[in-house]
Amino acid sequence: MSESAHHFQTSTNIENRKFAMWVLIASECFLFGTLIANYLINKGRSIAGPTPQDVYEIDITTLSTFDLLMSSVAMVLALHYCKEKDLRKFQFWTFMVVLGGLIFLGFQYHEFSTFVLKEGLGLSTNIFASSFYLLTGCHGAHVTVGVLWMSSILVTSLIKGKEWFNSDIVEVAGLYWHFVDVVWIIIFTVVYLFVYV
Amino acid sequence: MAKNLPKTGLISWLTTVDHKRIGIMYALGSLFFLIVGGIDAILMRTQLMVPNSTFLSGETYNGLVTMHGTTMIFLVIMPLSAAFFNYLVPLQIGAPDVAFPRLNALSFWIWLFGSLLLNTSYLVQQVPSVGWFAYANLTQKQFNPTHSVDFWILGVQVVGLASLIASINFFVTIVNMRAKGMTLLKMPLFVWTTLVTQVLLFLSLPVITVALVMISFDRTFGTGFFNPGLGGQVVMWQHLFWIFGHPEVYILILPAMGIVSEILATFARKPLFGYTVMVYSSCAIGFLGFAVWAHHMFTTGLGPWATALFSAATMLIAVPTGVKIFNWISTLWGGQIRFTTASLFAISFVAMFTFGGLSGIMHSSPVIDTQHQASYFVVAHFHYVLYGGAVMGLFGGIYYWFPKVTGRMMNEFIGKTQFWLYMIGFNLTFFPMHFLGLEGMPRRIYTYAGDQNWNFWNLCATLGAYITAVGGALFFINMIYSMFWGAKASADPWDGRTLEWSIPSPPPEYNFAKLPEVSQLDDWWYKKYTHDGKRLTPPQQPVVDISSIHLPNQSFWPIFLAGGITMIATGFVVSANGVMISLIGVALTVASTYGWAYEEP
Repeated sequence: MSESAHHFQTSTNIENRKFAMWVLIASECFLFGTLIANYLINKGRSIAGPTPQDVYEIDITTLSTFDLLMSSVAMVLALHYCKEKDLRKFQFWTFMVVLGGLIFLGFQYHEFSTFVLKEGLGLSTNIFASSFYLLTGCHGAHVTVGVLWMSSILVTSLIKGKEWFNSDIVEVAGLYWHFVDVVWIIIFTVVYLFVYV
Repeated sequence: MAKNLPKTGLISWLTTVDHKRIGIMYALGSLFFLIVGGIDAILMRTQLMVPNSTFLSGETYNGLVTMHGTTMIFLVIMPLSAAFFNYLVPLQIGAPDVAFPRLNALSFWIWLFGSLLLNTSYLVQQVPSVGWFAYANLTQKQFNPTHSVDFWILGVQVVGLASLIASINFFVTIVNMRAKGMTLLKMPLFVWTTLVTQVLLFLSLPVITVALVMISFDRTFGTGFFNPGLGGQVVMWQHLFWIFGHPEVYILILPAMGIVSEILATFARKPLFGYTVMVYSSCAIGFLGFAVWAHHMFTTGLGPWATALFSAATMLIAVPTGVKIFNWISTLWGGQIRFTTASLFAISFVAMFTFGGLSGIMHSSPVIDTQHQASYFVVAHFHYVLYGGAVMGLFGGIYYWFPKVTGRMMNEFIGKTQFWLYMIGFNLTFFPMHFLGLEGMPRRIYTYAGDQNWNFWNLCATLGAYITAVGGALFFINMIYSMFWGAKASADPWDGRTLEWSIPSPPPEYNFAKLPEVSQLDDWWYKKYTHDGKRLTPPQQPVVDISSIHLPNQSFWPIFLAGGITMIATGFVVSANGVMISLIGVALTVASTYGWAYEEP
């Protein structure tokens, strides 16, 4: 799991993969920036209902937001115990990250299915729906990738045991996970809370 | 699986992670598409040679316009620039390879497969015909019910992914893999323009990615992002496209600017004039490049404030560009100029780019722009910057670095003949287009009536295109001839200034036997000459036990992963069994990702 440049003394002393993740995050900022701008432009342009006020369930979304934030705490602890080489706690907190991600995806599944089945808000019902699903769906896809990534790390750790404390990999995955979390905080604010402004 | 793969033959190329081999493959691929895009152009010019021509149908012509633009931008200039990034950046910064050799191979294969996917549209006769800008709402299903638009969307999407991966790789490589002592302001200017280009790529590509997904959704799932009937906006596409599209213009020109800076300094035997200012100008161009997109949209009615601001920003970006032009001229000033083919191309780059730049400044005025919009004047403008500029610069780069890559010199006589045919042909084609545009000839039309005073200049333009085609044929003859029978090149045939000239031609697989240490800009030059021009004996490459140099292992995973990703996209352009193909693609992608992650590189 290590690139050849692993032992290379880099010019900035920052490991290559960690640096690459920061660059990817810069790129992702523009991806989500475009999606959020698109949502803000389009949310009030629907020709037919339902509107955001009709469908959002702020209490449930608040819960799922809290869950995702807590999974970031678990991520911090997983990295900490990876560096400490404490196998049990590292595996436990990695599992908690995966669990937090899965719970978040469960909430999103619940939200989407309620919107579609109960509120009649399909992907192409109106332009608010299209923009909403595009934005939150893209974020959900990022969470899914993060869950797969962290599960792979967990499985690798379970197989290889004490030989495998690759804190570089865990840190890169952690950067990604925290970024996906930060994006959600912005989405929660801009999409769900601005309804009340 | 990656151990003990052959070092020569087909398998060695399919599994290579060597930046030099990947660079060569990028160059060959993009030169192939140069022929394809060139044939598009020749066919279009033949159609427009005389009024009321029936050589091509309007439908075919629209396809050629679209594919010519898309091919030349995404399949020629960008990958040919990438060929130079690949081959030269590690050599110029004194690194053994790029930061992520396997990702580098992945970028190439994704690019190649995406290009092939786009061009498959010819085979099934569903050629995209909505222009390389694919303006909404022409791309909606009701106006283009076949898969032609899908081919364009997915081709560009896949090729864009290749650029995104490569841009992250090269950004990390340049910032992180520099030789000891090479601080940022001691990097060759080509490395600097490459660095700025990567920033533009990884910040602008996500925007077009989202925009392409939005058209896909409109076409596949019936959303209405660009359908006013459902609350969407047609002009939204133009914003998203040009937020990507204008940085893209600098993505195309900045690498050529870097190449030309290297060539002019070498052949004037002088340090690049105002190196630091050139660096800051490149950064300024990169920064302002994101703030001028709406000058493509003055006629959409942006309102007075937006129009004024974008007009001012566009005028402002001319300043760092002008600074560069004066620096190139000052580099030549007082130099001992050698007129080789490479330097002729580089000098003509400065002249032609200035021409195109001047008509560009004219367009920064919304009043003038409104007159020129969608006329042949605009065609003349962007061909002067992208063809007279970028392509001429890249040709100069090929003539300059061919000896380093192959160990043989390109033939100067054929090269200079090509250069003059190009210069004459190019100007004969595109200079008259200024007149045609001012006389009111619109772009993108497939024929015109004979009584509008456009006949003579159209004839000239077509003759110019034929002359250029002869020049292009000479270039390929020259490449093949020189590859086998060219004069043997020494390690440093041009008396160059940058690190790649300190190692043999062609370079060994491991690049540097011992990683170099540098103390100043143009370090290699000052190992050969003192600051007052006295000759020194340059140090020889040290003899090192080659088996002690660790090289990254070859790998099959990049080509498999690229195949999987392209298959996912291919499913969308296949009517029957499309979902199956996409799902197999997903399976291949996931399997290759895990194979990759657990492989020992």
